[in-house]
Amino acid sequence: MTDLTKLSLAATRDGLSNRDFSALEVTEAYLGAIEKANPKLNAFIEVTAQQAREMAEQSDHRLNSRDARPLEGVPLGIKDLFATKHVHTQAASHVLDDFKPEYESHVTQNLWNDGAVMLGKLNMDEFAMGSSNETSHYGPVVNPWRAAGSNQDLVPGGSSGGSAAAVSAWLCAGATATDTGGSIRQPAAFTGTVGIKPTYGRCSRWGIVAFASSLDQAGPIARTVEDAAIMLTSMAGFDPMDSTSAEIAVPDFAAAVERGVKGLTIGVPREYRMDGMPEEIETLWQQGLEWLKAEGATVKDISLPHTKYALPAYYIVAPAEASSNLARYDGVKYGLRVSGKDITDMYELTRAKGFGREVKRRVMIGTYVLSAGYYDAYYVRAQKVRTLIKRDFERAFADGVDAILTPATPSAAFGIADQDMNADPVKMYLNDVFTVTVNMAGLPGIAVPAGKDHRGLPLGLQLIGKPFDEETLFAAGRVIERSAGGEFSPEKWW
Amino acid sequence: MAVDADTVRRIGRLARIRVEESEVAGYQSELNAILGFVEQLDEVDVSGVEPMTSVTPMALRQREDKVTAGGHAERIVSNAPLSEDNFFMVPKVVE
Repeated sequence: MTDLTKLSLAATRDGLSNRDFSALEVTEAYLGAIEKANPKLNAFIEVTAQQAREMAEQSDHRLNSRDARPLEGVPLGIKDLFATKHVHTQAASHVLDDFKPEYESHVTQNLWNDGAVMLGKLNMDEFAMGSSNETSHYGPVVNPWRAAGSNQDLVPGGSSGGSAAAVSAWLCAGATATDTGGSIRQPAAFTGTVGIKPTYGRCSRWGIVAFASSLDQAGPIARTVEDAAIMLTSMAGFDPMDSTSAEIAVPDFAAAVERGVKGLTIGVPREYRMDGMPEEIETLWQQGLEWLKAEGATVKDISLPHTKYALPAYYIVAPAEASSNLARYDGVKYGLRVSGKDITDMYELTRAKGFGREVKRRVMIGTYVLSAGYYDAYYVRAQKVRTLIKRDFERAFADGVDAILTPATPSAAFGIADQDMNADPVKMYLNDVFTVTVNMAGLPGIAVPAGKDHRGLPLGLQLIGKPFDEETLFAAGRVIERSAGGEFSPEKWW
Repeated sequence: MAVDADTVRRIGRLARIRVEESEVAGYQSELNAILGFVEQLDEVDVSGVEPMTSVTPMALRQREDKVTAGGHAERIVSNAPLSEDNFFMVPKVVE
């Protein structure tokens, strides 16, 4: 019998609707795979087996009575950042110990309304702050990929490291993820999976634990471009509970996947050619452009002059918003409480114990840049730079560019407990150098596996689109995926 | 603009995060590394540039001024570390 966990989400859906197998069979296959793999990979931090079986049985009823919804019986993993009613929701933080929300996030509710099955909650960097999934209170996630001939454990990227690892290791048919500076696209690139951060406002943020509210967006990580398109169609949509949710119709993204790139103009920003960038990344980028040209796209050199300032501006804006959003974790309303001699003592001790090192560092930076006397010099200046970054993109699009092709990350996956990255926070931050501009400008961006490095590890390319034009990204992403043609599945060692 | 040890202690108090004496030097060097990195923004000419307030052009929606939820205090306190009669319990704050 075929291994049901190896099917794409689209093939799973087709097989279910043809009744080649039942939703319960697919769910059991995934639960079995998780049980075997999770002690090694640490991708799931909570498995909701009983709930998954109940949801699958309901899906089987629907499928049998020809009443199937778009994701009927498809088992998914959910990043721990999404509120799931009465189920573990801690943003992988100690400070939210035992928190079980009384409500469901808009995005996950959309998925359940479309018939999807929840397998459990996925590991992540604490409060989505990190690029290696090493800041989780639940320990690091291990990348299912290993370099050729090596048994060194590699990071899956972050912050959606559990989502990327679970999809790549066949532990779920697709996963929800979130992206504040690259947290969908960088882990997708590190694991040979497809990840899209849609336009700001496309997915409701209601019920997603807030990190930096003007940058946070939800999106899927999946095994193929088509799978990502199917998932995003269900996840997206207007929600009156999020004041920044866009009141705009959601297209059938899957219908755009095979549209091709004929006649499109693809921009190549010269500022993304960074000093010290490995040659194989540069080669892959050129290869991607050749593939798009071969299918009828025109390539155009463009300039996004403020690119280098996106990351420093991000490290003011994001911590500032985080310091405000995370003020609510004080030991009163939910989660951990450490008693003290008075209430201030209780706040300080609770937050010192409940937050990990990276979260504390960012809350402290955010507090500093918002403090009296520094607000204009740091925060207001960064928001002005953000206006300039957005303007760069607007000019390029006004000049006839339909989408922009860049590398997704400056390197392939690195080792767990990397000395350089641990010694210098800024080195870790540089992982997001190609992705963070997109969040600063609110644009959609997709990472698609496009090749491998000299050690056999996957590398991704990123396509950046116009606001609310995810369809072009799916179409162009599919051309990259098809042209790369390679097998982006890790060799199973777990 | 570099932070000194006193500033680290002051930020810790503002952020309501206890910073132990043994941690001050570590925070100081990490915060200064980050502040050193963001210093390059000073090169950018931002004269006449509006700070971004909304990444997509949108006016905040308004809704009718009426109660749409409520009446479930027990659910609101259900995750509290300490509660009594649907109130959050905290250490005494008034003498």
